[in-house]
Amino acid sequence: MSRSQLNRPSSPQRGWGDDTGCSVLHVDMDAFYASVSLLDRPELHGRPVVVGGGGTRGVVLSATYEARALGVHSAMPMTRARRLAPQAVVVEPDHRAYARVSAGVMELFRSITPLVEPLSLDEAFLDVSGAVRRLGSPARIGELVRARVHDEQGITCSVGVASTKFVAKLASTRAKPDGLLVVPAAEVVAFLHPLPVGALWGVGERTEEQLTRLGLRTVGDLAAVPRATLERALGPAAGRHLADLAWGRDSRAVVPHEPDKSIGAEETFATDVDDPDVIRRELLRLAEKVAARLRHQGWRGRTVSIKVRFADFTTITRARTLRDPTDVGQEVYATARALYEALGLQRARLRLVGVRVEGLVDAAGVAEQLLLDAPERGWREAEQAADRAVERFGRGAVRPATLVDRDVRPGG
Amino acid sequence: MRFRVERDVLAEAVAWTARSLPSRPPVPVLAGLLVEADKTGLTLSGFDYEVSAQVRVDAQVEEPGRALVSGRLLADISRSLPPQPVSVTTEGPKVLLVCGSARFALLTLPVDEYPTLPELPHVTGTLPSGLLATAVAQVAVAAGRDDTLPVLTGIRVEIEGDTVTLAATDRYRLAVRELTWHPEQPGLSAVSLVPARTLADTAKALTGIETVSIALSTGTAGEGLMGFEGQGRRTTTRLLEGEFPKYRALLPSESSAVATVDTAVLVEAVKRVSLVAERNTPVRLTFAAEELQLDAGTGEEAQASESLPCTLDGEPLTIAFNPHFLLDGLSAIDAEVTRFSFTAATKPAVITAGGTGEAAGPAPYRYLLMPVRLSG
Repeated sequence: MSRSQLNRPSSPQRGWGDDTGCSVLHVDMDAFYASVSLLDRPELHGRPVVVGGGGTRGVVLSATYEARALGVHSAMPMTRARRLAPQAVVVEPDHRAYARVSAGVMELFRSITPLVEPLSLDEAFLDVSGAVRRLGSPARIGELVRARVHDEQGITCSVGVASTKFVAKLASTRAKPDGLLVVPAAEVVAFLHPLPVGALWGVGERTEEQLTRLGLRTVGDLAAVPRATLERALGPAAGRHLADLAWGRDSRAVVPHEPDKSIGAEETFATDVDDPDVIRRELLRLAEKVAARLRHQGWRGRTVSIKVRFADFTTITRARTLRDPTDVGQEVYATARALYEALGLQRARLRLVGVRVEGLVDAAGVAEQLLLDAPERGWREAEQAADRAVERFGRGAVRPATLVDRDVRPGG
Repeated sequence: MRFRVERDVLAEAVAWTARSLPSRPPVPVLAGLLVEADKTGLTLSGFDYEVSAQVRVDAQVEEPGRALVSGRLLADISRSLPPQPVSVTTEGPKVLLVCGSARFALLTLPVDEYPTLPELPHVTGTLPSGLLATAVAQVAVAAGRDDTLPVLTGIRVEIEGDTVTLAATDRYRLAVRELTWHPEQPGLSAVSLVPARTLADTAKALTGIETVSIALSTGTAGEGLMGFEGQGRRTTTRLLEGEFPKYRALLPSESSAVATVDTAVLVEAVKRVSLVAERNTPVRLTFAAEELQLDAGTGEEAQASESLPCTLDGEPLTIAFNPHFLLDGLSAIDAEVTRFSFTAATKPAVITAGGTGEAAGPAPYRYLLMPVRLSG
């Protein structure tokens, strides 16, 4: 979301250039959650509306363009949004409606091309190279998609048309709201080079900071740096990746699949916390929760990530990939804790912590390399036994000793 | 300093010493190779605080002296010289190297800043270099590569009289090799943990020498060293600290089934079948009375299978292994026939050289491999 704010110009760009060879479409719903929330509330059209959780510490899920004009944006604390836009109407999120509209939109995409790669509920890549003879040029197909989304779902979307995925994604952001932009293959470099480096796929806050320190502010600056220098400065993989992107090279194909599965849990503390013991205990609780859900749904995941939001709302995530996929709470916790300790926080005040397991695979297909020195029945078996106890006796029947509420522990 | 040396002698000595030079030296002088000439010959030394290497060769020394020059550059130059005697002279801040009509002037590094190489500890015994290299290579395959568990990146060297036992494990497999050597004094008993990669490199680099002397200082202060010496070459490596797993308890004392297979045929078959085994997926081995069947891949992905002759004494069983780990063990066996001993499909299998019966006592080399558990 921050990316779209970053490179959205004051006024949207529109237009159909030469769309020969631009077979990749990136379709992105405009203010999706807010637009869907407004479907049943036509009286709110044209007014600033903020969708977000209740309570004093919720965050903004989405906001209409009228609210955005007042400075409200996604992931902002609700209290701040209320202060910026006191006249805005606050609407509770309706996740069922979002899922329903999203399914309808994806269905529509699949009627145009089988090559649909959803990125989230409200955006997807489409490869329309096979539909050109049937439906017309890519730009024409883009307009068709926009018209049908509006007719069938009552919401608007923006479409980027380009020869590669990441340029198409940038183009749709530029076209927002309710627009379409073609970046002709011959103009990709001219389109990219004035953009800030943060616009590139894979450049998060940290990389951007690193690049800025090297004096590289625009994609053009980046493109002028020899590839070897980038590889040295950012590491071989990231350097090569950015050098390619800076020249518009992106060989990723549109792969039709479900959005990457991951299971996560996070907790916003009632008041900011700086006590490492409390944070570790919370990480353990979240790890146990995530692992129980993994086991319940029959998944195992290889990548464990943590999310830490500081009192000032700066948010960082750190991830580590394990050798083998896991569904064991103790393993998730050990990794999450190692990631947390590696941050070296000197009692920084935290607002939120989260634990997530990604790269999920079907537990039934996982082959488990056994260890010479591990007991045959380990944590997995212990946790499975705990799962059965919870099923029978209810939540909290069995849990790690550190998570047992100290107040109710019998004396001694 | 001024000396003349045979081209091949210099090239070989420089190559051997430069082997241990760090590619990214923590301090600039460590990129240097120390050249010292005295009345009796020429000494070349390299050191990176972990490993030191020193070689002494014959040379006609006209004027003793010492200089520190870039090891990488000297190695590149001496390798490319024409086949003629080489003369080396210091001239002010430079070292002049002349060979035939080729002339090189090399910059010198500040020799006073170069650290002193560690002393070689007392020699504790000797063994043939070929035996050392084979044994170390057999064990090094099982050593861990994960630097977060440093103890497992080492090879444990246990000396008990005239028996040396080498062991390494990454928790998935364990390789143990016993060999006989010639201790300097009877009743010697010592234990140390040597970085596996260094030990393997060192053992390989020493194969040109007939007999290697091994020197060991377990240093009570923690600065343990292991040294190797022979024919004018010596090298030391720093020891690792930490508690190596108690591996002897992991070696199964009995087995419920024993199979023997032709090693080369099995290696080829495992390589073929595992082509379809995606990352971290196993190859399955089904042992029957006279046939071993290999399978890899799942119903949703590519699949492969192959069968080959085997002999089996015991109950038929199916067991799955990581194909890389299996191949590591099979390649280390160094015998025409491989023998597998099993207890259960979730217990480690022991791979040894076939042909030797139970009566011959435990095999000198044992590779313990933990299987992969198949779910569903």
